[in-house]
Amino acid sequence: MADASWLTKFPQLDRLDLLAIRKTLDGAYKAFSREYGDVIEGFFHPVLSFLVWFEKLLITTPWPIIILVIGAIVFYASRSWKLLVGVVISLLLVGYFGMWEDTMSTLSMITVCTLISILLGIPVGIGMARSDRFQKIMTPILDVMQTMPAFVYLIPVVMLLGIGKIPGLISVVIYAIPPVIRLTNLGIRLVDKEVLEAATAFGANGWQRLFNVQIPLAMPNIMAGINQTIMMALAMVVVASMIGVKGLGQPVLKSIQNQYFTLGLFNGLAIVALAIIFDRVSQAYAKRSQKHMKGAH
Amino acid sequence: MSDTLIEVKGLYKLFGPEPKVHMPLVHEGLSKDEILARTGHTLGLKDINLTIKEGDISVIMGLSGSGKSTLIRHFNRLIEPTEGQILVGGIDVMTLSAKELEEFRRHRMSMVFQRFGLLPHRTVLDNVTFGLTIQGVRKKEANDRAVEWLETVGLAGYENQYPAQLSGGQQQRVGLARALATNADILLMDEAFSALDPLIRSEMQDQLIELQDKLQKTIIFITHDLDEALRLGNNIAILKDGELVQDDKPEEILLNPATDYVEAFVRDVNRARALTVETVMQPQGFRITATTIEGALKQMRAHKDDYAFHVTEDGYQGMLSQESLEEYYQEDKTAALSEVHYEDLEPIAPDAALEAVLPETLASDYPVPVVNEEGDFMGSLSRDALAEILSPDSSSSEGGNDGAKPEEADEENKASTTRHS
Repeated sequence: MADASWLTKFPQLDRLDLLAIRKTLDGAYKAFSREYGDVIEGFFHPVLSFLVWFEKLLITTPWPIIILVIGAIVFYASRSWKLLVGVVISLLLVGYFGMWEDTMSTLSMITVCTLISILLGIPVGIGMARSDRFQKIMTPILDVMQTMPAFVYLIPVVMLLGIGKIPGLISVVIYAIPPVIRLTNLGIRLVDKEVLEAATAFGANGWQRLFNVQIPLAMPNIMAGINQTIMMALAMVVVASMIGVKGLGQPVLKSIQNQYFTLGLFNGLAIVALAIIFDRVSQAYAKRSQKHMKGAH
Repeated sequence: MSDTLIEVKGLYKLFGPEPKVHMPLVHEGLSKDEILARTGHTLGLKDINLTIKEGDISVIMGLSGSGKSTLIRHFNRLIEPTEGQILVGGIDVMTLSAKELEEFRRHRMSMVFQRFGLLPHRTVLDNVTFGLTIQGVRKKEANDRAVEWLETVGLAGYENQYPAQLSGGQQQRVGLARALATNADILLMDEAFSALDPLIRSEMQDQLIELQDKLQKTIIFITHDLDEALRLGNNIAILKDGELVQDDKPEEILLNPATDYVEAFVRDVNRARALTVETVMQPQGFRITATTIEGALKQMRAHKDDYAFHVTEDGYQGMLSQESLEEYYQEDKTAALSEVHYEDLEPIAPDAALEAVLPETLASDYPVPVVNEEGDFMGSLSRDALAEILSPDSSSSEGGNDGAKPEEADEENKASTTRHS
């Protein structure tokens, strides 16, 4: 024990062993993607078609109609003239500064990602609320999804599916889905026990309880989760552009590489504008639809 | 009216992860605290035997932690018992499958909750139709029935409001309408009025009594408030630490408390309000049946008292005193007894609260006659009897326990704090 170097230098795995581990894992994954890459791609094909169709629809439709439709949705959701005017002005500015097409690409991407996150996230959240064991399994997975640097899981996705919209979509969904899952779970767990008990006392079965009591009463939390999911999806758009997702992210990436400050700023501001629109509209909608639920007890 | 509808037999509830394992300790008779210390399990209910009669309002009373809310949740199996049987109309609730239990809850029992348990995102109308839509009643019919029930509970016109827009009393009326709308014959009310302020509470109590006269449901009512129990209950069961201490008619609970605990509970009850004339009056065997003054005086002289009540085939006529009878006798001994000969004393009704008849009874030199609605003479209420029943010590002198135990004072404190909170 004369050699005390193990104290100052961390006793680490042999370089060769480390290499072997890396080789095995990479090799296995590569084999896996060669074997199943096409199957998985085929599985995602309908989503890709929808995504492409939706993006085309947004880009080819004359811009006044798009602004009209978005304006109508904004007003329906929020019933606020102020918000409507703000949204229309920011869309006009975005178009005027030449970012219309990119904005539409991003918009379609975000919309599809959010829809997929909701469709997957709410059932998972419900499952977590119903089973403590499932919650125990899911919580660390969600922690990893949220803390793992996005670039890290870009790698296997790209290895598997190559560069393009679908890998982008998958990485955005992985990054953005945890809030909606977590808050659905939380919302359902926080539902007033007495209201739930009342439903049971009147003979409601599991589904009736879920749809008549738990989901409606968890709605404020679920809406907050959806809102967070949208915001995170927008944040991920720039990273996703690295693997070929078209939209506002690409010019931002280009300006990083070439140090185009103004180009970056404009496109960044367009993302901010989209974020604010999504945020304010979804929050105004949530607030309006839940105004009766305050102070019920 | 008085057939047994619900029977609870040997009901035990032990809360904790492994209740069955520790049941032997319970049967050995260990106390709640000992069981908790030795096993970490909480004894919720211990050997409850109870019968509920059809058409009655049966009150289950106890302080918080006494197990009353646990007990009521056993009737519709919101809580599963560890041991015991619950028979409802001859059916053992414990043998029902999940599906059958749902049907049972939909059609036989409905429930009203302390904090109302309304759905905040639904209108009043949609809340009342909740039980009906669960039953599978069509929307249109459910709405019609809900509107009717809302009218019955006095909330017509509030159909499209949301629960948050209503006061507590109104919200509980919605809860009541929701429970009544399912047409279940058994109504469970878990501290239904405890969250309401006193004025609204007594209003709701009146309304419940009024509704019950019409509907004749079987109501199980949980409360921690003895005044409320006495006011509503045909029968009162008192729980303490998961055990049934007394199960009796309200006046029996008041006049003959079974244990020190009940007595402490009963002590600060306003008896003048809680007891009716019927429970305190003395039956009067002696009555004057003659038709003339002469005959009446003869009967009177043969009796020890110097007053008597004149009763004929047509029922109660009036009260006679010996003193004035002697005078009338001097005037005209053959005259028929009539209005003019009676003492000036209004009879009182048997179901009146003592409070209501207090002034006239105390002011009268003679016992006051008690006459029911049909005009039949029931008995009389004397000043002395009234004074005795209203004096604070009367129940302890009957219960025969002297010397205050330290525990007793403690319990009294508990009882009065709950009532004030």
